[in-house]
Amino acid sequence: MSGAKEIRTQISSVQNTQKITSAMEMVAASKMRSAQARMQATRPYAEKIRSVVSHLSRAQPEYRHPFLIERDVKRVGFILVTSDRGLCGGLNANLFRKFLPELQRCDERGLGVDVCPIGNKGAQFVNRLSGVNTLAQATHLGDTPHLADLLGTIKVMLDGYRNGEIDQIRLVYNEFVNTMTQQPTVETLLPLPTIDDPELDEQKYSWDYIYEPDPALVLDELLQRYVESLVYQAVVDNIASEQAARMVAMKAASDNAESLIEDLQLSYNKARQAAITTELTEIVSGAAAV
Amino acid sequence: MANTMHLDIVSAEEALFSDEVEFVVARATEGELGVTPRHAPLMAKLQPGDVRVRMPGGEEQFFYVSGGMLEIQPHVVTILADTALRARDIDEAAAEEAKRRAEEALRDRTAEVDYARVQTELAAAAAQLRALQSLRRKRGN
Repeated sequence: MSGAKEIRTQISSVQNTQKITSAMEMVAASKMRSAQARMQATRPYAEKIRSVVSHLSRAQPEYRHPFLIERDVKRVGFILVTSDRGLCGGLNANLFRKFLPELQRCDERGLGVDVCPIGNKGAQFVNRLSGVNTLAQATHLGDTPHLADLLGTIKVMLDGYRNGEIDQIRLVYNEFVNTMTQQPTVETLLPLPTIDDPELDEQKYSWDYIYEPDPALVLDELLQRYVESLVYQAVVDNIASEQAARMVAMKAASDNAESLIEDLQLSYNKARQAAITTELTEIVSGAAAV
Repeated sequence: MANTMHLDIVSAEEALFSDEVEFVVARATEGELGVTPRHAPLMAKLQPGDVRVRMPGGEEQFFYVSGGMLEIQPHVVTILADTALRARDIDEAAAEEAKRRAEEALRDRTAEVDYARVQTELAAAAAQLRALQSLRRKRGN
């Protein structure tokens, strides 16, 4: 019966694993829901700023903010948003697979690269790469990230851009499409792509503002907050993606455990039956000999 | 038309308030601003402080904003609130902190290699200490 006993311990260990994975699946599902809600909550702020900035830059054609001016690219900064923890399927690996060709392209064109990883996995990944300069990083943000935790990292990048050390900032993150799909995305953060909002042409709002203290300063403040809110949105999106990916991965793991248990159960039954048969044969042949 | 305007208070992390109001008072950089419906369009930078809101029933509500922007349209007022205290030196400190984390992570990579060496050194030191203690005990006896 030793074979049967071994199989039994194996079954119980697989069962334990299954318990853990299905618990993780349920936790991820509930966290995903709250992350999605948070994603929705960040939208109005960015939309509002977007419409105001879009108008301001139109109303003040003589004032061109550095964030809006394209210049010759000699050095590119990447903000790489990843998850802090693993066990979320191929989420981070897919993102790196998208990120590496970007680095390669910069390399071929002889451009310098600076990276700011947000999230533990990205930080570890960037540390392993050679020839990549890490400017700043933010890790262990948890499930409810606060903008305040990101400001330092973003400021390092923005300062680089303002001083002319970095000529382009790109944002790398997983966009949450739906529960099954997370799209690794690389976007240009700065210079800001021309913001054009057709809705603004409607005469719904009057745009002849009184500015306090003055228009340039207001635009400065708004643009900085706009960029920060974009990065924050990317982080929130990435967290929703992480939870969705983890949920799917853990579901697959639980299903695999289930089929593994079925197989093991079958071979356990066979082994037990074989043992009984042998015993019977022994007894019968023993009786026949007597 | 009722003598009210719509007020939205939004931050980067969430929407804090959205309702019809009669009167809003906020602290702009140039001083306190009281806003009633049909105010001229205005865009102002806010100072950290409270925002006072009077609802149609006369009920008052208070919000604390740590800075932000105030946008006024005749019938819509939007406050883009900051989620954290913003000042040049605080931002600077946060930036320094982020840089330090990156440097530390880089140092950690080498530290991992040195881990074994440190451990053996520690073991050697502990052995020396134990030897010293037993020597002392012998002398004491």
